[in-house]
Amino acid sequence: MNTTIMLFLVQDGITNGAIYALLGLALVLVFAVTRVILIPQGEFVTYGALTYASLAAGQMPGTAKLALALGIGAFAFDLFEARKALHGRLIVRSFIANVVLPAIVLALTLSLAAQKPPVAVCIVLSLVIVAMIGLYLYRIAFQPLAHTSVLVLLIASVGVHLALQGLGLLFFGAEGQRGPAVLSGAFTAGALRFTGQSITVYAITIAFIVALWLFFGLTLYGKALRATAVNRLGARLAGIRTTLSGQIAFLLASVIGAISGILIVPITTLYYDSGFLIGLKGFVAAIIGGLVSYPLTAVAALVVGTVEAFSSFYASNYKEVIVFMLLIPVLLLRSLAAPAVEEEKD
Amino acid sequence: MQSRLPILFFAILMAAIPFIPGVPPFWIVLLDNIGLAALVAMGLVLLTGVGGLTSFGQAAFVGFGAYTTAVLSTAYGLSPWLTLPLSLVVSGSLAVLLGLITVRLSGHYLPLGTLAWGLGLFYLFSKLEFLGRNDGISAIPPLSIGTFKMLSPGSIYYAIWVAVILSALLTMNLLDSRTGRAIRALRRGHVAAEAFGVHTPRAKLLVFIHAAVLAGLSGWLYAHLQRAVNPTPFGAHMGIEYLFIAVVGGAGYVWGGVLGAAIVVVLKEVLQSYLPLILPGSGQVETIVFGIMLVALLQLAPGGLWPWLMSFFPERTDGKKPDTSLKLAHRARAPAEDGVLLQVEKARKQFGGVVAVNNVSFDVQAREIVALIGPNGAGKSTTFNLITGVLSATSGSISVLGRKVDNAPPQEIVKLGISRTFQHVKLVPDMTVLENVAIGAHLRGHSGPVSSMLRLDRADEAKLLAEAARQIERVGLTEQMHQLAGSLSLGQQRIVEIARALCVDPMLLLLDEPAAGLRHMEKQRLAALLRELRDGGMSVLLVEHDMGFVMNLADRIVVLDFGTKIAEGTPATIKTNPEVIKAYLGVAA
Repeated sequence: MNTTIMLFLVQDGITNGAIYALLGLALVLVFAVTRVILIPQGEFVTYGALTYASLAAGQMPGTAKLALALGIGAFAFDLFEARKALHGRLIVRSFIANVVLPAIVLALTLSLAAQKPPVAVCIVLSLVIVAMIGLYLYRIAFQPLAHTSVLVLLIASVGVHLALQGLGLLFFGAEGQRGPAVLSGAFTAGALRFTGQSITVYAITIAFIVALWLFFGLTLYGKALRATAVNRLGARLAGIRTTLSGQIAFLLASVIGAISGILIVPITTLYYDSGFLIGLKGFVAAIIGGLVSYPLTAVAALVVGTVEAFSSFYASNYKEVIVFMLLIPVLLLRSLAAPAVEEEKD
Repeated sequence: MQSRLPILFFAILMAAIPFIPGVPPFWIVLLDNIGLAALVAMGLVLLTGVGGLTSFGQAAFVGFGAYTTAVLSTAYGLSPWLTLPLSLVVSGSLAVLLGLITVRLSGHYLPLGTLAWGLGLFYLFSKLEFLGRNDGISAIPPLSIGTFKMLSPGSIYYAIWVAVILSALLTMNLLDSRTGRAIRALRRGHVAAEAFGVHTPRAKLLVFIHAAVLAGLSGWLYAHLQRAVNPTPFGAHMGIEYLFIAVVGGAGYVWGGVLGAAIVVVLKEVLQSYLPLILPGSGQVETIVFGIMLVALLQLAPGGLWPWLMSFFPERTDGKKPDTSLKLAHRARAPAEDGVLLQVEKARKQFGGVVAVNNVSFDVQAREIVALIGPNGAGKSTTFNLITGVLSATSGSISVLGRKVDNAPPQEIVKLGISRTFQHVKLVPDMTVLENVAIGAHLRGHSGPVSSMLRLDRADEAKLLAEAARQIERVGLTEQMHQLAGSLSLGQQRIVEIARALCVDPMLLLLDEPAAGLRHMEKQRLAALLRELRDGGMSVLLVEHDMGFVMNLADRIVVLDFGTKIAEGTPATIKTNPEVIKAYLGVAA
């Protein structure tokens, strides 16, 4: 084996792994807080990436319209739920958050899209659009099911994934897209060439891990989220609004997904349905991390990325088989080490 | 037991459909697809809805079934009828392999684990040379009987629906049996089932295999219907769709699987053929609508459509009372169940730095009621868990009839004739009182899953139910026998637990706070029952907070405080013991 090749593969693996780590973190976060196994995480990735690429190419992304449509839906859900105790302030607040905000963003997107806005504007717009989609999705699809079992939530999550993927095809077409690099330029260290893009990937991943750690460790909202994760009822009794926790979790997850998408799309061509597999690899990392541990998930994601890089070099045909089968020994270890604890379900 | 009449009616209806004049041939194709999906969904009903094990990997088992027959009947020219058992064996044995890895996973690991190997296997199907890679295998021979070849969707229709109805019957038989009760108890956690001798990992593996074999059967039929296989229908999306079918139909009900399959297959078809007319546009509009309808359906009926549909047909709750004259053979007894039954010596349990039970020693003699009392957190329930093998002791020893049983699993302890109730009631709420109590007699029955499916277990089953009914009568709950356990008051549920423990035919009964939640009269009746049991030769060890109840009932009392034994003696001496008074009241009175 050639050392240079190996170094390249490791570098490639770490770059991919960093993305998987971000997604894995988001999945852990959402699961812990809402018990939703977020299959549509992959769609947040593609929506982020393709919105960004479309904007940069001077096209109008359909996601901005979707955000408004979902926002109107969320507003309707709010109205329906509060129908017995409607009061002005509530309506106005919900209207601003769910209808006015996405309408403004849509107007901005419409006016800016044709002029090929600078990269920074594209990034901000795509992040805001996907964040709103995530937030409204929680309101429409998951909040009404919050009391049901993990299985029902999972199936709902599949439904959302299917709908979003179909919409993705509608918005972006079957052709793949690439976006401009977030940070151009490159430098070489020895045999390795570091692009500005890959440096950005590392920096953002590390920043997010640190930020999440600080958020959960130090802030009141972070602690509220953790409390919701441990015991929903208990958290409610202590005055934590569990729906707020769910909203925060989905907001974070969609932003993380969109960021990952924006980070990948300059490196690889993304299609409307690429998100599913990327999200699933984040899953593999999250499972290895036990769906609870952030550092373990991050490490596992790096392993997944590296294994993927090596297997695509040596046995590219079996790349996916190897990545997903990686789980089997992990599961085996986990099941051997698993304590026989009683779980009360339903 | 449910009536078989509607099933017969359904079978006749299905048999008649192709003969109805004017039925478009396309409907038959749809019905074929519904049947294929229903087989897989039925397995998932058992696995997920009843057993609580969520699997995304069922599509892979369909693939095993389909590819096995595809390879064997094309490359080796075997008759499809010969490949049927082979397809089932391949799916079943791979289920053993994957199941051994997967079923021990708990909670959310399990679905994600199955998703992972489901995907891995899908890619494997599409990469392996001898499976034809992405192109798959074509020119698979059709099913044939004599010279009759099932070439058209209409001719294989009967093969598919015979398989569906037979599988449904076998699955329902399995659920309504000794093994079925063990499976149905899985979803509520394993401690209670194990305390009555159920080997839970084995029961989980069993449902896993059952579901995989049904999926393999569906795959075998699929291969001979299409007469070609390729990897696409065995991918992760299909695995998800099968689960979705089961949930939409009602994951806890065998016929929910069939209903779900019908709804999903028809819905997809309707969306695919009519949606482009309403919404002309590119792409997968039907996927979008499908996804949205899925979420909407779950929000309206999270339990699935079958229970919703059934609520229009009021159910008879007055089940048949088992024939209590049937006698069940007694538990195999040790030669002499006399003298010291249970000896706890310096038992110690530490959880990290916390000493929950601190070198506690006591014994229980034959024909004796011993009470274990002490303030909250004294270690009483932990002591129970040590004796029954739920927890293993850090040090010390526990012997039954002079034989050391330290750290034996709960399934072994109950075989020695020690049965228990739980402080936090552990019944299966959606099973009747009778079925719950019958779990107690699990070890006294012998029928396995295969004989249950074929209904060869009826004699054994009748005896088990008779014993359960006798014990229910004994504790005075005959009226509630056919009610769902979850609908009873907490006090009554505790009594059901006692009846279940009695079904073991125990020599020693361990009761964890049996009188909590009972009214005064009920307590007196319980005390009378326990005295009667003692006079009949049984011993009782109970934890209880109601001092009046304990003082009037117990022959001997052991007092724990902070995990340490502080006193032991007759009720009279305990009442005046200064240590005990201090433990309860904080000061020496």
